[in-house]
Amino acid sequence: MAIREFHTDLLRDAVETMCGPAACDMPRDVSGAMERASRLEDGVNARSVLLELLKNYDIAAAERIPVCQDTGMVVIFLDVGRDLHFVGDPYQAIDEGVRRGYKKAALRMSTVGDPLRRVNTGDNTPALVTTRLVPGDRVTVTFLAKGFGSENMSRLAMLRPADGMEGVRKFVMETAAQAGPNACPPLVIGVGIGGSFDQVALAAKRALSRDTGQPHPDPYYAGFEQSLLEEINRSGVGPQGLGGRTTALSVAIEVLPTHIAALPVACNINCHVARHMREVL
Amino acid sequence: MEKKAFIQVQAPLDEAAARSLRSGDRVLLSGTVYTLRDAGHQRLVDLLNQGHNPPFPLEDAVIYYVGPTPATGGRAIGSAGPTTSSRMDPYTPSLIRHGLRGMIGKGHRDLQVIRAMKEYGAVYFAATGGAGALLSKTIVEAELLAWEELGTEALRRLTVRDMPLTVIIDSQGRNLYEDGPRDWRRQHGYLND
Repeated sequence: MAIREFHTDLLRDAVETMCGPAACDMPRDVSGAMERASRLEDGVNARSVLLELLKNYDIAAAERIPVCQDTGMVVIFLDVGRDLHFVGDPYQAIDEGVRRGYKKAALRMSTVGDPLRRVNTGDNTPALVTTRLVPGDRVTVTFLAKGFGSENMSRLAMLRPADGMEGVRKFVMETAAQAGPNACPPLVIGVGIGGSFDQVALAAKRALSRDTGQPHPDPYYAGFEQSLLEEINRSGVGPQGLGGRTTALSVAIEVLPTHIAALPVACNINCHVARHMREVL
Repeated sequence: MEKKAFIQVQAPLDEAAARSLRSGDRVLLSGTVYTLRDAGHQRLVDLLNQGHNPPFPLEDAVIYYVGPTPATGGRAIGSAGPTTSSRMDPYTPSLIRHGLRGMIGKGHRDLQVIRAMKEYGAVYFAATGGAGALLSKTIVEAELLAWEELGTEALRRLTVRDMPLTVIIDSQGRNLYEDGPRDWRRQHGYLND
């Protein structure tokens, strides 16, 4: 088996190139879902909010102004082919890409280096990187620019196995209700089920990297996603919490094997500015 | 579906004007507003507690909770939508007692804030969260006033023209975040409570 030599400059440049477009160009899956929602919306203030948001996408793309001023912390899932060898440090390369990309596109530096001392790092680094080894000799970079108005409304619970699907449903509903207007609905909701305390949160985050509206491959979970979405959209919270049909655009579930004693569940909230990109290097 | 007319509102805002606004009103705001978010609130309240003058007139002032992206292409400001207001709740009653009249943000406020709003006659507006590019077009001037080292969190004076806002909580304590969703559920027969 030949080992591919992979220079980390390639990774740095890929990350740099993603920062500006992530902030200014909404992915088609999200803008498409928003357009469909605006046609169905019947809340008094809700429809005008959705039209404002669609107009905002257009202005952002045409004038290269970020869709939202919270241009996020960079979250990266790095799937590394086990048949390659990095020349250079991939984590340093990612941070250098973020540093260059955020400066070049005039994005907001929203990262503090220490959670209590709270001094801004000034270049939006470090990125939050999760690495996985996968077959092959490619590197897949999944890039999220995650806003924290919505991140702050996310929750995790260690349910009992007896709580089952009904317990998960109740937890997701409570989380969406608590998020309310704070998280800038329409929401995109990532749900992790199973694993452990730490892994379930990552599963929920990974669910946010899926295209909006793309169902889980297992029909059991695809059906659960759909019923959660429909129930959330009967809550009446609506766009920006002003009352209406469109509280969420999608619910995506990721599941993991877990312990016989456990039913971990995590609900990672994203706003409608669901910036996500993927590139295979 | 009813379409609401916009009400023109000028900032700074006096008590009578603030008290005339009602939860659910759609507003176009013009005039002077000040940007302040987490770190700036801490500094402002520290100054007031030490008996110093604030770096801008708080009487009848409107504060916009925003941390913009840097300005590019000769524009006054970058992307500039609202941040979550509840993080400012611990500081807000004290600022309202010092004359603060209007707040622009998004999301819930706590009971202490609402009580102060009722007592002193203040109003809470929401701008559309995640519409930072659109909202930036209504900001015609931005001037750095203080705390430059806070970067995006620095204190800025903005001149705004026809900024589209919704009155969420009025000086009587009525709250669109409660009434709007409840009315929609009632219209659709989803109201069981």
